[in-house]
Formats: sequence, C-alpha cells, structure tokens
Amino acid sequence: MRVAFYRFRKLENILVQLLCAFASFFVILPFVLILVYLIVAGASSINFDFITQLPKPIGEKGGGMANSIVGTLILMGLTFLIGTPIGILSGVFVYEYGNEKLRKIVRFSADLLNGTPSIVIGILVYGWIVSPMHGFSVMAASIALSLIFIPLVLRTTEESLLLVPKELRDAALALGIRKWKVVCYVLIETAKQGILSGILVALARIAGETAPLLFTAFGNQYWTYRLDEPISALPLQIFEYAISPYEQWHRDAWAGALVLLLLIFLLHLSVRILLKKKS
Amino acid sequence: MGRMLFSSQHNTANNDPFERALANRGQKFKENIFTLLVYCCAFTLPTLLVFAAYELTTKCMPTVSKFGISFLFNHDWNPVSGHFGALPFLYGTAMSSGLSLLIASFLGLGTALFLTEFSPRWIQKPLIILIQIISAIPSVVWGLWALFELIPWLQKYVVPFLKDHLGFLPFFQGNFYGVSMLSGSLVVAIMILPIMISVTIEMIKSVPSIYKEAVFALGSTHWESIRIGVLPFIKKGLLGVAILGLGRAIGEAMAVTMVIGNKPEISLSLLSPAYTLSSVLANEFAESTSELHISALYEIALLLGAITIVVNLLAQLFIHGLEPLDFTKLFGKENQKKNLS
Repeated sequence: MRVAFYRFRKLENILVQLLCAFASFFVILPFVLILVYLIVAGASSINFDFITQLPKPIGEKGGGMANSIVGTLILMGLTFLIGTPIGILSGVFVYEYGNEKLRKIVRFSADLLNGTPSIVIGILVYGWIVSPMHGFSVMAASIALSLIFIPLVLRTTEESLLLVPKELRDAALALGIRKWKVVCYVLIETAKQGILSGILVALARIAGETAPLLFTAFGNQYWTYRLDEPISALPLQIFEYAISPYEQWHRDAWAGALVLLLLIFLLHLSVRILLKKKS
Repeated sequence: MGRMLFSSQHNTANNDPFERALANRGQKFKENIFTLLVYCCAFTLPTLLVFAAYELTTKCMPTVSKFGISFLFNHDWNPVSGHFGALPFLYGTAMSSGLSLLIASFLGLGTALFLTEFSPRWIQKPLIILIQIISAIPSVVWGLWALFELIPWLQKYVVPFLKDHLGFLPFFQGNFYGVSMLSGSLVVAIMILPIMISVTIEMIKSVPSIYKEAVFALGSTHWESIRIGVLPFIKKGLLGVAILGLGRAIGEAMAVTMVIGNKPEISLSLLSPAYTLSSVLANEFAESTSELHISALYEIALLLGAITIVVNLLAQLFIHGLEPLDFTKLFGKENQKKNLS
C-alpha cells in the first residue's frame, strides 16, 4: 500500500514536470518560429529601394516605404515633444506635490488611460481634433499617441523618483534651496537614467501602435511635412499591405515589419545599455 | 551642480535690502510658475478622461434613445437598412477573449513553472530574454504572421485533424475558410502569453524559498513542494494575471481584425468567421456616414472602454492586493460631513 502511494507520488511528480515542459515547448516554439520567419521573410524582400522610394502602384517594379519610415519617425518625435514634459512633470507631481487625494486621482486616471484600448483612444481623438478640423492630420495622430505615451512615462518617472534616496531631497530642502530647483537639479538629475529608459520603452511601445492611427493619421502615399495633413506610418502601411490581395504588397509588408521590429529592438537595446551603465 | 543651485544667491549677495527683496520676489515668481506648470501637466490626464467620458456618452445618444437596452440584445447589424444591434460583437469579444484566455492561462502557468523550477539553469536566462523580446512585437506584425503562417498551418494540419476526431462537436461544424474565431483566439492567446508569463515568473520568484525548503525537508517531491510551498501564496495573483490577460485580449484590435473574418454572425462553431467590438470599430469607423451608424459605433466604443476598464481594475485589485479605486478614502470625508449635517 505504502509503496504504491510512493510510486503514485513519484509518477505525479514526473507527470507534472513533463506537462510543464510540454507547455513551454508549445509556447517557445511559435516564438522562435515567428522571429526566424520575420527575419527570413523580411530580409529576403528588403532592398535599397524599399527604404528610399515612395510606394508604387501595383504592377510596377520597385517602390518602397520611405515615407512611412520617415512618418513613423516624425510621429515618434512629435509624441516625444508633447508627451515627455507632461509625463515627467505629472510623475513629479505624483511624487512631490499636492496632497494624497490629488495624487490618487492623477495616478488613477493614468491607470485608467493605460488600460483603455488604443482603438478607443483613436476614436476619442477623432472626435476632438479630426472632425472639428475637417481632416486627418499629423497633429491628431501624435496627440493620440501621446495619450498612450504619457501614462507610461508618468509611471516610470514616479518609480525612478522613488529610488532616489530621501535624504538627498531632504538635505537639499534643508539648505533652503527652492523646491523647483530641488526638483529639477536634485530629483530629476539623480533619477534621469531611469526616466530616460522609461521614455525609450514608451517610445518603442508607441512605434508599433496601429489602431489609434487608423482614424487620425489615416495614411498617405506621398511625403508630408505639414502638421495638418494625413501622414503614413509603418504599422499603418503594413496593415494596408497585409490585407491587400497582391503578392508583391505582402512581401513589402514583411519588409516593413522587419524595419519596424529593428526600430523597436534598437530602442530596447539602448535601454539595456543605459541600465547596464548605471550598475 | 552645486554652483547652479546657488548661483542666483551668489549674484544677489549684496547688502542692499531692497535689491535682495526684489531678487527674492523673482525667485518666488519662478517657484510659482513651476508649481503651476506641474499642476497643469498633472491634471491634463484627469481632465481629458472627463472629456472622454462626456464625448462617448453624448455621441452615442441617438442610438441609445432609438434602441435603448435592446441594442445589447439585438443580433441584427445592418448599416444599410439602419438596424443596429451589438450582440454579435459582444458574443465575438467574449468568446474570442475567453477562449484565448483559456489557452494562454494554462500554457502560461506551465511555462512559468518550467522556467523557474523544473528547467536546467542554463536554459532559463536565454528563454526569459526571448520572451521579453517577443512581448515587444507590435500587434499588426502578429496579425501579418497569423494571416500568412498560422492560418495556412491550421488549414493544412489542425482543422482536418479536429474534424476527423472531434467533428461531432458543435464547435467544429461547417466549412473552414481560414479566417475564423479559432485563428483569432489563437493569435490573441500567443500575444498575451509573454506578459502573462513574465508577471507569473516574477510572482513565483517573490515567494520566500523557506516555505518550499520546509516542505522539501518533510520529504516531498519537487512538484509537491511547489504545490504546497509556492502556489497557495500566489493564488490571488494568478487570478490577477488571468484578468490582466483578459483585459489585453478584449482591447486587442489589429491582429484580431486581420484574422477573425469580420462577419457579424453568432455561431457556436469555432471554424466560422466572427466579429469583435474592437474590430468593428477598426473596420467601420472611418467609413461610417449616417448619423445613426456613427452613433452606434460610439456606443460600441463606450461599451469596449467600460468593459476593459472594469477588467483592468479587477486585475490590479488582485495583483497588488490594494484597492486602486478607493472610494471610501477618496470621498469618505465628504460623506461623513454630509452625514453629520
């Protein structure tokens, strides 16, 4: 009887381990497959034209996504300009200013916005900016992306400020230094590596967002440098090409996906280097 | 740094009291401007949220007044004839996110246990880094992959197998055209797995190993030590992870839109195309023209937003164990005053 029970326990142990190994096999396998496939399919269809030419109508050889690549960079830059000051200062507020009640409201609304589906954010910005201005625009797209960007930056800013030794802030205030100088030259200065890496991670996140761009940036076949015109972006162009029926466009979509991934990984890599330098 | 901090004091270090007072006022002015700036920035988000709630509720008024509560139970969605009912989308969202959660939670827990407990040491770090890399892949790329890799694979191997062996079930009836509930749920399951695995791994690691060692010392097997010494401590957290994954799955738009088939029909079969709340927004919002159609889409956006917010709040509640929406503390004082007066 006892021996049988021991055997059962041993068997159970082995069975559970096998099950877990199977589960991870089924999880890891598609992960490896998609990475390999993305790199192979992307690398085989990318070429010099792809990153220097405008899209061409179907049937013509060549053509690329140069305007989409630049469009993504423009949108990221504008989002960075709008979102960074608001994000960092809100993070400072949550750490240093107001009372507990106000902080809770700000933190809570950031969490709410962070959980809102990005497509709903796109619809909101459509109602706020696109339809009053009677046109899709770069401005609307970067504001939509900022709404995703700001809560992320707020959170990471607060977290990195919490890592600053409390004594440093107290000592600075005890010297009679003005609060805004303490914030700018002591708190933010000390926490800047953490804040910067948070910003880079948030940028990587918005680089791949497609849903809010559908109703704000809309897409464009040509170059744009004006804030009130529709603009193309890599994720939008990938989406459009992927659901098209043409073989050539499918290949372009893979190439675009590879470029987008390289951009995102570059940002994540720089975060890693940044954080390594710290320790 | 020190010089910057004190530079203004150095410049004004003369004995004229009038000039000193003037400099002090300048400093105070700067201080006030900065505080104002911080307050303005901090209250951008709450203000925008209020505007958002106002916008969504006012814009969906035409449908609310015309269809009322029957909007939620009507399964007829026809923009041409002006009939709108959200049931197919509610069903599609519930079914696809529920199914993907079912797949992802078991696989995720198994993988997390394997990567923290059962696997050899040397394999853990590279696999965890791989999972982090995968979690950075944007949703449109997942959609692309699902469209050209997952669906052909399903069509070639999985669906014939399912039909042969489980074809008598109502879930596997009808023809398979590739785009379907099954493909949508699978791609969402794969998408939410990385974040679920990462959070679960962190939770397992946060349990002090003393408990596990104690169970080991009593002569348990490896699995028993985890079942008794680890899992009971993270039960609530695991539920939180599942709800977090559910929130992601519900809000997911692009990949689902690309593979779920976009057909507003309710069918029990997983092989037939379906439609979700987020994908109807992605497909129809930019092309809607009639006022009623736009308003119906706004109501769907409101539904989607409300559902995800509730789900995310629940997830936070379980993961962090503290109430994110602490109404008693937020508004408790006013209530007390009211009660007194």
